[in-house]
Amino acid sequence: MASLKVENLNTSFRTDDGLVKAVSGVSFALDEGQTLGVVGESGSGKSVTFLTVMGLLDPRQAQVSGSVLIDGEEMLGAKPARLRSLRGRHIGMIFQDPMTSLNPVKSIGWQLEEAVLIHHDVTRKEARTRALDILAEVEIPRANQRIDDYPHQFSGGMRQRVMIAMALINNPAILIADEPTTALDVTTQAQILRLIRRLQGEHNMGVVMITHDLGVVAELADEVIVMYGGKVVEQAGVEDLFAKPEMPYTWGLLGSLPRLNASGGRLEQIPGQPPSLLNPPSGCPFHPRCEYTMDICRRELPELERSVVGEDHLFRCHLDEETRARVWQQKQALLVGETAA
Amino acid sequence: MTHFLIRRIFWAIFLFFVATIITYLIFWVIPTDPAQLAAGHAASPEFLASIKHRLHLDKPIWIQYFYFIRDLVVHGSLGQSFVNRQSVDSIIGKDAPVTASLVFGGAIFWLTLSIPVGILSALRPRSITDRITMTFVLIGISAHPVWIGLILSFVIGYKLHLTPIAGYCNFFPGSAGAQCEGPVQWAYHMILPWITFMILFAALYVRLIRANVLETMSEDYVRTARAKGASQRRVMLHHVLRNSLLPVVTILGMDLGLALGGAIFTETVFTLPGLGRQVVQAYGSNDLPIITGVVVFSTLCVIVFNFIVDVTYGFLDPRIRLS
Repeated sequence: MASLKVENLNTSFRTDDGLVKAVSGVSFALDEGQTLGVVGESGSGKSVTFLTVMGLLDPRQAQVSGSVLIDGEEMLGAKPARLRSLRGRHIGMIFQDPMTSLNPVKSIGWQLEEAVLIHHDVTRKEARTRALDILAEVEIPRANQRIDDYPHQFSGGMRQRVMIAMALINNPAILIADEPTTALDVTTQAQILRLIRRLQGEHNMGVVMITHDLGVVAELADEVIVMYGGKVVEQAGVEDLFAKPEMPYTWGLLGSLPRLNASGGRLEQIPGQPPSLLNPPSGCPFHPRCEYTMDICRRELPELERSVVGEDHLFRCHLDEETRARVWQQKQALLVGETAA
Repeated sequence: MTHFLIRRIFWAIFLFFVATIITYLIFWVIPTDPAQLAAGHAASPEFLASIKHRLHLDKPIWIQYFYFIRDLVVHGSLGQSFVNRQSVDSIIGKDAPVTASLVFGGAIFWLTLSIPVGILSALRPRSITDRITMTFVLIGISAHPVWIGLILSFVIGYKLHLTPIAGYCNFFPGSAGAQCEGPVQWAYHMILPWITFMILFAALYVRLIRANVLETMSEDYVRTARAKGASQRRVMLHHVLRNSLLPVVTILGMDLGLALGGAIFTETVFTLPGLGRQVVQAYGSNDLPIITGVVVFSTLCVIVFNFIVDVTYGFLDPRIRLS
């Protein structure tokens, strides 16, 4: 059974200018031990989706509908106390910026112990033992000397390790990582990703890796969803997605990956800006930036349809199969050609 | 720490010179004759001249300033009043406790009111409670202390007879010629001035605390705490409060230091014999030594309280403690 199942999730924010539809009709499932990569630009709704899953949005501002099942239990509309007891124990979350995600006036030991004490009826001493264990597990050197240090005494990478330790201290079944490496330098990024992968294996966790970095997805994910304008625009196994992406936005994402051996030239980019969620474009949200826009794209949102290459490969696009296959072949030839050159 | 202290002391000396020189300059610009006031209207020109000479008023202003510095450094004295030859040191020593009673008592009043109200307002922004609170805040900020004081004194003191209308009693019994004394009478006479102070400052502090709490609640680490499963109560107590009250400590220190230099309006309304009233009287009679004395004293208060704030901050915020 899927440990996390989200169906037809919609999240809107009430603002002074009207309703902002941040997430609409998002569905996916995450099995234990699996990694789901969630890719998209800023404002594509990927973070909001998982803040909704965690129940971390202010109910006075956010309108939520759909279904979020954790081990078969419905989370939307659940009692706040029940939500709190699952948060941090059954489902942990780490955030993008480790510099601001830890309380600056409390020692990291205190913050780790707090995570234990909220969910378990143990003494502070026992919680401290657990905190020391988990700090060792996330490879913080001399943990017993550093446990009483404050966040500002740690580097960004070390702070992100502390964040991971805090999310994992109660052995959750699911870990949501919201761009965990975006704020870190490249060498540290690799270390943190390796750490997450190792811990996932040891604890058999389901991991959601929210990122805008397709490299991270290629490295870690089993399943990928691509989000655009608050909607899932493509969903596939990681190999399928890289082998035959089915819609222009995903082509653009893959095309804008830097290659070390590319023959000079500028990095490809997707022209234009992400869509406004307040006044979303009609029809397909990507049509204002798409090279292949047809009349129908301006009128109708394409349904999620199955790809010919695989049962579990879903995408939204009005282009017919033949055109998509041809365009991707050309794009691929271009990419490979560049690589060869 | 030593380095920090030395820098502080140099800064204090610099501030002392700036504040006193400005006081002397302003005094020099005002075209009145303190000697005339001290001597009385019927004084003969010879008597006036001798008074001028005694008060050094026949000398240029920078010489007067030099005498002031000399007295302070050599004799450790702030000089004597032009009007009644009383020592400024003893005048300040007598008046400062009155002002301190007002300021510290008032601070306890306004903090006990504004911290909970500010937090409640922040918890439910734009709610009815928040809007009502903000209306009162606006009134409190806009109203003048003299007006607040007079209204309180009229309604609560004069009409309802619940408190004295004005006046002061010493906290410690035993001073000669006092009409009333002792802690109970002291507090009884101070209630209205404290409430006046409270209305004045609570308004500012509710706004400040509300803004800080709101800002802190949107911090990433507060989201982290919620993601850990912390309850609203725990989030507020352990993650929001300490962080959002840090800036309040700074403002409080500045306000206390400043107010100790004389809460002029409140003291005048309630005829409290504090520094503020003293300085108003001194302006009336151009009594430069008293004015300068109060300026020096309040500069000292501001410096001392800023220092206390810095030290307290070190205890409250580990980022400052260690760097």
